[in-house]
Amino acid sequence: MQLSLGPVLYNWPPDHWRDFYFRIADEAPVDVVAVGEIVCSKRAPFFDEHLPAVIERLERAGKTVLLGSLILVSQPRERRQTAALAEVADGLVEVNDLTCLRSISGRPHAIGPFVNIYNEAAASFHAAQGAMRICLPPELPLASVAAITAAVPQVVIEVFAFGRTPLAISARCYHARVHKLAKDNCRFVCDKDMDGLVVKTLDNQDFLTINGVQTLSHACTNLLRDVEKLEQGGVRSLRLSPQACDMVEVARTFRDVLDGRKDAEAGCRHIEQIYPNVPVANGFLHSAPGFSYVASDKPVG
Amino acid sequence: MELICPAGTPSALKSAIEAGADAIYCGFNDETNARNFPGLNFSRSELSEAITFAHGRGVKILVAINTFPRASALELWQRAVDDAVKAGADALILADIGLMDYAARHHPAQRLHVSVQAAAANPDAIAYYVETFGARRVVLPRVLSVPEIAAITREVSCETEVFVFGGLCVMAEGRCSLSSYATAKSPNMQGVCSPASHVAYAQTAQGVSSRLGGFTINQFAPDEPAGYPTLCKGRFSTELGAGYIFEDPVSLDATRLLSGLRDAGVSALKIEGRQRGRAYVESVVRHFRHALTALETGGEADVTRLKPFTEGQASTLGAYRKTWR
Amino acid sequence: MRSLFSTSTDALPLIPPLLGRAISPLPLPPLEFVLNGFLDRILSRNPQIFDRLGPHAGKRFAIKPTDLPFIFVIEAAAQRPCLSVVRELSADADAQISSSMANLLALVEGRLDGDALMFSRQLAIEGDVEAVLALRNAIDDARLDMAAEIGGLFGPLGEPVRRLLGAARDAILRSAQLQDRLS
Repeated sequence: MQLSLGPVLYNWPPDHWRDFYFRIADEAPVDVVAVGEIVCSKRAPFFDEHLPAVIERLERAGKTVLLGSLILVSQPRERRQTAALAEVADGLVEVNDLTCLRSISGRPHAIGPFVNIYNEAAASFHAAQGAMRICLPPELPLASVAAITAAVPQVVIEVFAFGRTPLAISARCYHARVHKLAKDNCRFVCDKDMDGLVVKTLDNQDFLTINGVQTLSHACTNLLRDVEKLEQGGVRSLRLSPQACDMVEVARTFRDVLDGRKDAEAGCRHIEQIYPNVPVANGFLHSAPGFSYVASDKPVG
Repeated sequence: MELICPAGTPSALKSAIEAGADAIYCGFNDETNARNFPGLNFSRSELSEAITFAHGRGVKILVAINTFPRASALELWQRAVDDAVKAGADALILADIGLMDYAARHHPAQRLHVSVQAAAANPDAIAYYVETFGARRVVLPRVLSVPEIAAITREVSCETEVFVFGGLCVMAEGRCSLSSYATAKSPNMQGVCSPASHVAYAQTAQGVSSRLGGFTINQFAPDEPAGYPTLCKGRFSTELGAGYIFEDPVSLDATRLLSGLRDAGVSALKIEGRQRGRAYVESVVRHFRHALTALETGGEADVTRLKPFTEGQASTLGAYRKTWR
Repeated sequence: MRSLFSTSTDALPLIPPLLGRAISPLPLPPLEFVLNGFLDRILSRNPQIFDRLGPHAGKRFAIKPTDLPFIFVIEAAAQRPCLSVVRELSADADAQISSSMANLLALVEGRLDGDALMFSRQLAIEGDVEAVLALRNAIDDARLDMAAEIGGLFGPLGEPVRRLLGAARDAILRSAQLQDRLS
């Protein structure tokens, strides 16, 4: 089982972002790292200056680097950014929207969790277009995951295994909205919330987080106790999505559990120390509400 | 511009036709369509009768098979495609790339429309569907401004269809798991958003509260207008205050933008609301039929008429006006 | 007129409180008897209602006109449909639907949109929302004409009764239309 690190979804200070990836390159036992700003096209220029150094450091450390494409591409600027990405000949692009498929199909590429692949027919279609790796949408139940891995054994199928779950993308920026700013003049207020802005219900229950134009869960996905079932289901890679916590230690813990150096129980307890005060969820995998946690001895559907 | 109208029942379909629809979109009574609500939609025989009825009056029937097939159960969706073709559907509205591939291979002569659920929001994505599956029309996601719609329509080689009235997804359509996060059921998989089975209303001293999957998502004072119990139109709080974080309860009404949409080259205008009653279908279709006639003759359309049908008794131009973002 | 009526969800006329009070002491069994015949007739003439109700057919719906001192409890089971009229809501109803009598009648005839009534807070639902949705969709598809259905109960006298009820309904519609103009 491989480990991959998804792109940083939040608007971190560029230097912090660079140093985060340098440390991942030097210390984290992950096989694959997806980089690039995929949430908001306005943020991309901040990271562009550090991107070559980050990629170089990661590759030098033996990681496979994927360049993530924007999730929602509607404006001309976003189209240009996406087209430029597709032209990168020597990198492996992680497609997060079908926009770049037109220029990239026929070439090897990866597919991120924002492309709707819900079944074996869609997976086979993408495999025929050159998809080598597919990170499936987080809301897929295990039965669907297993049917897909069986249909495309040549493709590395990955599931979203750690981090707040991306739930929606919008043309509207909620950070700007709650700060009473226009999107075009947002002052990049999303940089105040390195782990997203918590959204509570009227009963003061933690529920969601917002990250600019993206909405994520409040609960943190953790599939450590489901690893055995995922392996049986043909999953070949687990995705860890960066949160504002020690991601090197998160990756080590996953690696330790995968390699049998730690049991899942101890691994989960350790993760809850690394990323405290956030409830754990795995409901989607078990056909349960996404916010919920289903004990691993229950039958999986 | 063609007026595309919703029908959740054969009766609503007749009402829409009487009120001036050019085409009706509808779906089978199962999880293959994105309005898989109790008591709604068409059996196989109802669809066949509807197509005969509509064709006799020069009206087209578009069949929405716009959820994403469940793995290991593709047959249910493929059969929906086969049956809709056999029944004589004028077009299929599809979202899943695997199902489009199936339809294009098995029914190459069948007209295909790219559902809004496919979220094809720019000319490259749209061209991909056109070039790969021969799609003839794309229903544009509700994330675009009118100038952006015009630019897309100029550039793509298929027709464009846009929503002009009704429920407004605040999130990019087909890319939202908010509902399944709270209830385990999602538009993409089960064809339901905020399924009624997971909704509870409670009358309290302060008015009515709505809960979804156990989460309180709104509270309305006794006379305060309400909306659907969807998460994107719920009241929540952040450290910056409480209120409608995503969007107010409000419906799209683009009556005032019809000339702009026509000038943008849009081929078809779509009214949301297959889950609504006959009274809604008849009134909203009639309103837009009048508005389109007024557009041709230079008359004025009444822009206040549809207020009672809107969520929160309020309307918006949504992303069509750039400042909405 | 029909379309004008249906574009408005503003304030259909209420049954005056005095009238409501006046009919409140009336005995319920005769009313139940008539209404059961009415329900039987509607369901036997519109069997597709059961198809649309699906698994919700056996559920108990409490229909509460907010301007009348009664509650109708309907069980639309295919084998034995049953309607009872009660003064207090029993605890075993699966769902409760409350609105003015005029709104409820207009809903049954598909002259008003249920969601629009919800949005304007003229209709309240509690309990099994899914069952209520199935009932609403089943009835909306059935295109019921209450005046004709009630008229049908009266055999040879049906036509004059239908005309009378139709006229009464139209009077209500006109007063709603008038209210629209005044408001």
